[in-house]
Amino acid sequence: MTDVGRHPRIKLYTMSEIVDVKGYVGNFDVSILKKARYVDETDCTACGDCVDVCPVVRPDEFNLGLSSRKAIFMPFPQAVPSAYLINVNECLGHNPVVCAKCIEACDKDCINFHMSDEEIVESVGSIVVATGLSVYEPTELDEYAYTRFENVLTSLEFERLINAGGPTQGEVIRPTDRRPPKSIGFIQCVGSRSARKGASYCSNVCCMNTVKGTLMLKEHYPDIDIKVFYIDIRAFGKGFEDLYRRSQRLGVQYLRGLPGTVEEIADQSLRVSIENTVKGRLETHELDMLVLALGIKPATGTRKLQEMLGLQLTPDGFFLEAHPKLQPVDAATRGIFYAGCAEGPKDIKESVTQSSAAAARAIRLMHKGEITTEPITSEVIPENCTSCGKCAEVCPYNAITVDIKNKIPAVVNSAACAGCGTCAAECLFDAIIMNHFTDSQILNQVDALLEESPKEKILVFACNWCSYAGADFAGVSRIQYPPNVRLIRTMCSGRVDEKFIWDGFGKGAPVILVSGCHIGDCHYIDANHWTEKRVKKVRKKMDKLGIRPERLQLEWISAAEGVRFAEVMQRMETLRREVTAEEIAETIRILKDRKKKKKQV
Amino acid sequence: MKTNVVVKESESIEAQPRIGVYVCHCGLNIARIVDCEKVAELASYLDDVVVSKNITYACSEPGQQEIVDDITDQGLDRVVVASCSPRLHEPTFRQMLKKAGLNPYLLEMANLREQCSWVHMKEKDAATEKAIDLVKMAVSRARLLYPLIEEILPLTKRTLVIGGGIAGIQASLDLADNGYDVVLVEKRPSIGGTMAQLDKTFPTMDCSI
Repeated sequence: MTDVGRHPRIKLYTMSEIVDVKGYVGNFDVSILKKARYVDETDCTACGDCVDVCPVVRPDEFNLGLSSRKAIFMPFPQAVPSAYLINVNECLGHNPVVCAKCIEACDKDCINFHMSDEEIVESVGSIVVATGLSVYEPTELDEYAYTRFENVLTSLEFERLINAGGPTQGEVIRPTDRRPPKSIGFIQCVGSRSARKGASYCSNVCCMNTVKGTLMLKEHYPDIDIKVFYIDIRAFGKGFEDLYRRSQRLGVQYLRGLPGTVEEIADQSLRVSIENTVKGRLETHELDMLVLALGIKPATGTRKLQEMLGLQLTPDGFFLEAHPKLQPVDAATRGIFYAGCAEGPKDIKESVTQSSAAAARAIRLMHKGEITTEPITSEVIPENCTSCGKCAEVCPYNAITVDIKNKIPAVVNSAACAGCGTCAAECLFDAIIMNHFTDSQILNQVDALLEESPKEKILVFACNWCSYAGADFAGVSRIQYPPNVRLIRTMCSGRVDEKFIWDGFGKGAPVILVSGCHIGDCHYIDANHWTEKRVKKVRKKMDKLGIRPERLQLEWISAAEGVRFAEVMQRMETLRREVTAEEIAETIRILKDRKKKKKQV
Repeated sequence: MKTNVVVKESESIEAQPRIGVYVCHCGLNIARIVDCEKVAELASYLDDVVVSKNITYACSEPGQQEIVDDITDQGLDRVVVASCSPRLHEPTFRQMLKKAGLNPYLLEMANLREQCSWVHMKEKDAATEKAIDLVKMAVSRARLLYPLIEEILPLTKRTLVIGGGIAGIQASLDLADNGYDVVLVEKRPSIGGTMAQLDKTFPTMDCSI
């Protein structure tokens, strides 16, 4: 930790959050909001004189409320940066001088109430997302009575209690009577592996955390009676099984079965009832103290960051990697990498391994000092351009400039263009070519697909990042769906031009699905808003023309929603079956007439 | 070699396309369900298809070599690989085209594994039919592909690390020790994250800070 504070190449911003990210791989501009600390962190020597005079006493977050701190405080003694801070919401304030005792006490004059939040912009070439985890809140699990009985603690509270630097200097005591407990029970899988409450996944660390806890307890208090209530003990890592066996040899009892209820008995001890599934009988155990082995949840703010960076999440809420085996630390977005629990629950060793991997992947990207960009960008044909400005309006990257007043044709800045193709889809004058996904290339695919027995087929447009990836995920998971589905890949659903849809129906497609990333998850900021608008518009036109609008569907399917992809395909198949040959023939006729009329105009 | 590339690229825009189709078995991943031989045979009748083959593993060294040889010997200027998802091996096959002196954007893939054989395991005939369609669609698109030139842009040799827990700390130190500048952003007043709150940690049982 101190190495980070001292390293000449590391610029550390604490009390800071990312508020905006612009740009692309190699050149990101990141806006960081640095909250006011009210103490100058470079001048503060952490002498503590300010703390002595501060009259405000509050629960200490670092010790989970098991001890107290002042309104001016250091999070913990070894904190980096080693500087105090003021929680301004708790501080009595200085204007008019209500308190300001700390200002008087500080010889170095580092306390400054006029500090304000700052927004800083930093340019970087790559990003490592290491946002960590949040811990499961056991309040909803009323059967374990965390909120009702004081001697029921969480595993993190227990860690603070047994820690020599903790509120009790490492003395394990009961909160109610401050006496060392003679017996302790650990309940495993709190908030993990449950379809009912908490999460369905295994949190990876709680088994070994408990095993370690039992060993520490036995080291401090050899006579203590320890019982662990579990479903399975997952001691899968290197050396883990040894540790588990050692714990058993020291007399820790491992009992298979999670408590159904926790009751408080005389002297505020606790009685738990379990169904011991090894012995096949109901048991009750009386314990002085209970520890709930809490599971790991995605960090708060994951969703916000995901939207800002255009990343994807798994259904569990952790970040989704580009490939589960071959690119486990890469995000699907180039230049972004994952480290630690941001990607899924893991222990310290695995977090460190993954972090080094993420660093190596970032270096691999950056070491040349230059970056090759995909030439999948749009291009304007100046002769066709009427300078109407639509393309500039829809571009999520402000990559297109048009001078509407002076009728100067649009120009695309290819470095800023990310290649979603929304401009090409929205241009009414065919003045934009989307390279590698041109109108004729896509129309050729549509035509080839509908060449033979179109009535039997389901035409699906799928965006590369979410829906197409969701279809791949269905494949990897071997989830079966109707075989008459045919996907056409575009980079973004924003690329799906109205004319592709008309062409499809005109060539006899019974149903068409346009699919993309969920709103808010679009890989191209918000290009899929235009998809939504366009599909609505086309459906209205269909209605007017006498074509059932239901035959055109729009669905948002994420990269992790393989099951949903298959369900949507089933639904499309049901829809397709409802479309008769006569209806298709009628549609073809209507669209032919429409074409003729358009030509006459 | 370089001049050779340019000649081939300019040729490919004007002349009639010469497309090679490669239907990959992916061992049995595709071939168990899809009749790859039939797909390759039907693809050979499509316009502009000069070579159409099935191949055990297109991505393997001999598989790639076979395609590269065909590009040279048969003067192919477009390649359709019908195998796994382009999200997996598109970069592999683009590299292969480069090696053969073709512009990497003259490649098209048909997804016969993730989006065909793996999702229609009980409907072999329908899956084969779908595979034929997917290859047909890929060929029709490949016909209109044209070379694209990648742009080289400057890059900022600096990394943003979001989060100052053990993961963020380790990544920052590894990057910084390798000579890269790091911007480390932490929400809380101190770095350390959850690990700083823990007591002794396995297996060294030393202090976690």
